[in-house]
Amino acid sequence: MADPRDIEIVTPYARSLGIALDRWESDAPVLRVEFCDAVQGRPGALHGGAISGLLETAGYGALRAELARSGRVAQMKPINITVQFLRSGRTRPSFARARIVKLGRRTANISVEAWQDDETKPIASAVMNILMVDAEAA
Amino acid sequence: MADEQTRFDPAQATPFLTARSHNGWLGLAYRDHGEDWAELELPWRDDLLGEDGSEVLASGPIISLMDMASGLAIWTRMGQFRAIATLDLRVDYTRPARTRSSVFGRAQCYRLTRSAAFVRGIAHDGDAEDPVAHMQAVFMSIDARTVELPGG
Repeated sequence: MADPRDIEIVTPYARSLGIALDRWESDAPVLRVEFCDAVQGRPGALHGGAISGLLETAGYGALRAELARSGRVAQMKPINITVQFLRSGRTRPSFARARIVKLGRRTANISVEAWQDDETKPIASAVMNILMVDAEAA
Repeated sequence: MADEQTRFDPAQATPFLTARSHNGWLGLAYRDHGEDWAELELPWRDDLLGEDGSEVLASGPIISLMDMASGLAIWTRMGQFRAIATLDLRVDYTRPARTRSSVFGRAQCYRLTRSAAFVRGIAHDGDAEDPVAHMQAVFMSIDARTVELPGG
């Protein structure tokens, strides 16, 4: 069985935005992005789209890790994402981690939270539905 | 209300709003607008891919595109530029965008109250009748809730 920690979590888009793997926590990747111009919205605040990108990358990362752990090769396709913006993100590093709420044969439902200093005070959360197409069926 | 001379014009405002920061990094550009809607273009870029080895645009940039198009639609309908914050935004990805193609984001502010703006829109890659994504979002006016802004 492949070690899920060896897999690539950060997509070209996420890399380009400055999103990086921070650490692993209970088999899910914690992703991190530093505050910089590329993620800034109005002056001194994180852009909602950049926060969404961080959330989404964490969501895909958690699912990718789970699929690797179970030896499953599947292509992931986005169905939808709903993002709640809870607090404004400041000029500090931001983190995100996802939880797989339901892993089915064809779809996965994933819940993601992003925070800065205090994990109990999320700046945003998201629910994602992802379609999985198994390699042999693709 | 703003008079005609100072009325918010998305064609003029977009180059300033996308000159730097996240929207500038994405390279968002003005395309078109009406009384309560605006359309932006997200040009194709190799480093916005969703997966190594694929040619499919990541979904993250589409959220940013729709968020910015929504803001423009709201300010256009308001007739002025006011601080707003995204409260909630949903995107349904109906099909992958064509490879190496620009994606266009068109948002309409269909309802505006004193504190909230309700927006819907689509993203397409050339034909607005065949969208790559649908969006629904709610924005809040920041002025009206400055005191209750958490962490603010």
